[in-house]
Amino acid sequence: MSEIEIINLTKRFEIEGHSVVALDGVSLSIEKGDIFGIIGMSGAGKSTLVRSINYLEKPTEGRVLIDGVEMGGLTEAELRKKRSKIGMIFQNFNLLEQKNVTDNVCFPLEIAGIKKKEARKRAKELLGLVKLGDKEKAYPAQLSGGQKQRVAIARALATDPQILLCDEATSALDPQTSASILELIREINRKLGITVVIITHQMSVVTDVCRNVAIIDSGRLVETGPVEAIFANPGSDAAKELLAGKKEGYIPVKTLDAGRRIRIVFRENSAYEPVIANMILKAGVPVNILKADTRNIGGKAVGEMLLGLPEDEAKQEEIISGLKEAGLTVTEVSENG
Amino acid sequence: MDEKVVEMIIKGIGETLYMTLGSVIAGYVVGLPLGILLYVSGKKGLKPNFVLYRILDFICNIIRSIPFLILLILLIPFTRAVVGQSYGSTATIVPLVICAAPYIARVVESSLSEVDQGVIEAARSMGAGNFRIITGVLLVEARTSLMTGFTITTGILLGYSAMSGTVGGGGLGDIAVRYGYYRWQTDIMLITVVLLILIFQIIQTVGMKVSAHFDHRKR
Ligand SMILES: Nc1ncnc2c1ncn2[C@@H]1O[C@H](COP(=O)(O)OP(=O)(O)OP(=O)(O)O)[C@@H](O)[C@H]1O
Ligand SMILES: [Mg+2]
Repeated sequence: MSEIEIINLTKRFEIEGHSVVALDGVSLSIEKGDIFGIIGMSGAGKSTLVRSINYLEKPTEGRVLIDGVEMGGLTEAELRKKRSKIGMIFQNFNLLEQKNVTDNVCFPLEIAGIKKKEARKRAKELLGLVKLGDKEKAYPAQLSGGQKQRVAIARALATDPQILLCDEATSALDPQTSASILELIREINRKLGITVVIITHQMSVVTDVCRNVAIIDSGRLVETGPVEAIFANPGSDAAKELLAGKKEGYIPVKTLDAGRRIRIVFRENSAYEPVIANMILKAGVPVNILKADTRNIGGKAVGEMLLGLPEDEAKQEEIISGLKEAGLTVTEVSENG
Repeated sequence: MDEKVVEMIIKGIGETLYMTLGSVIAGYVVGLPLGILLYVSGKKGLKPNFVLYRILDFICNIIRSIPFLILLILLIPFTRAVVGQSYGSTATIVPLVICAAPYIARVVESSLSEVDQGVIEAARSMGAGNFRIITGVLLVEARTSLMTGFTITTGILLGYSAMSGTVGGGGLGDIAVRYGYYRWQTDIMLITVVLLILIFQIIQTVGMKVSAHFDHRKR
């Protein structure tokens, strides 16, 4: 039994007579100890999905099981107790602005009915863990975005949750700070064995920290699997679009001029061989390198290259089969991909 | 100026402060829970309840739309039933409270709606129930705004308590009307006016200082 089991989840919002389908029959299993990414464009239904996990949002249809316990079958009091075992962090940090850092971290403990002295001790430990030991008495207004998110993480961990939900937790931060927060999340996952669910619209976040990923598009789950596999071989249009990284400021594929385009992915072993040079020598025709990039996926270097092929169709096939023989993953890039 | 007048003015100050503070405190005893209820049952509240909200909303609007002086007169039988008499400073507190409570409820409602929904959501995700969200999040995060509202309300009630002087309510307003209006002793009237302005300024300054002091949103 997976730790989080989402079965056929549908959520409709009724606004002024007409209904918006935010989630449409989503089924998903997340294993204990995983770092699971949920990625999709804005409005895809990511927040609705993650809020359904701790039942902040009650599904219209379908079920959510945490450790085999059906969330929909819990009483209000049981649900509150269950929520205290599921930490959550947000894009806007959502700290109590009128309480200092220590009191913010103590708040969930106060809710759980833990004695003040004990709560303070725990807060101190957690602030050490997130490397904010010197900010105990500071107020959120005196902290940077990254520091605020660290406080929010400490607060989310206060009640020893088994699951940590992160809704766009790094979207309001600059790339460097974002990387340090992701590193902290990875560390927490490793040290404490907490299952982490990361919601994002940035592929880089997924490739940086997640082991498994689900892609949602207009409320539907279109693809799920290990990050490496999906990165190498995206099956859905949504995955290809997210990989093309339009949101991250790269030049969209379609403006790069070439007839037939392919995307190749290098693994660690193949990255050392001069594959492209060999291929050009063998085929005797030039290819156009439209984009090249390397990423760190689960600690392994993975390269990605976008090639524009020559007109000659026979040569095209020769090149593609040659690349496949060299152990690379080759996918066609469509006009709108 | 003769000693009697000084004595009378000092007594007037005491009565004015008594009426103002008495009505503001009693007003909050009624208005604060009412304001919380308005927020909670409102459209974006913790537990939206259209019917309840509409009823409270209606009552508040009705009372607030009656001019204070008329309310004062309308309530004379009620005041007599509660306090035993319809004149004097204790009796004035009754209409003041009834006038202030719906106003306070509105001020409280508006302060609470300024609280960021995200913080409420975060508290929910920690397993907080509605009561905990009210006491631990709403009242804490809205503290500065609530204190500012309290200060403004106190200032308004000071003015209203003076107005009640016209119907024998006691306090500085009463003195001003009796001496300034009926006996044409402009000097005494001026003194009471200056005193009222002074008290108002003190309330305003202290109130704003205190609320700023407890605001941690600044750096
Ligand atoms: N409370 C609500 N009432 C009505 N519609 C809603 C509500 N919450 C979400 N929706 C709608 O559901 C859809 C999915 O919203 P959701 O917030 O889950 O998207 P998202 O993937 O998190 O987007 P973003 O990346 O912009 O945060 C959107 O069309 C949104 O307008
Ligand atoms: Mg969202």
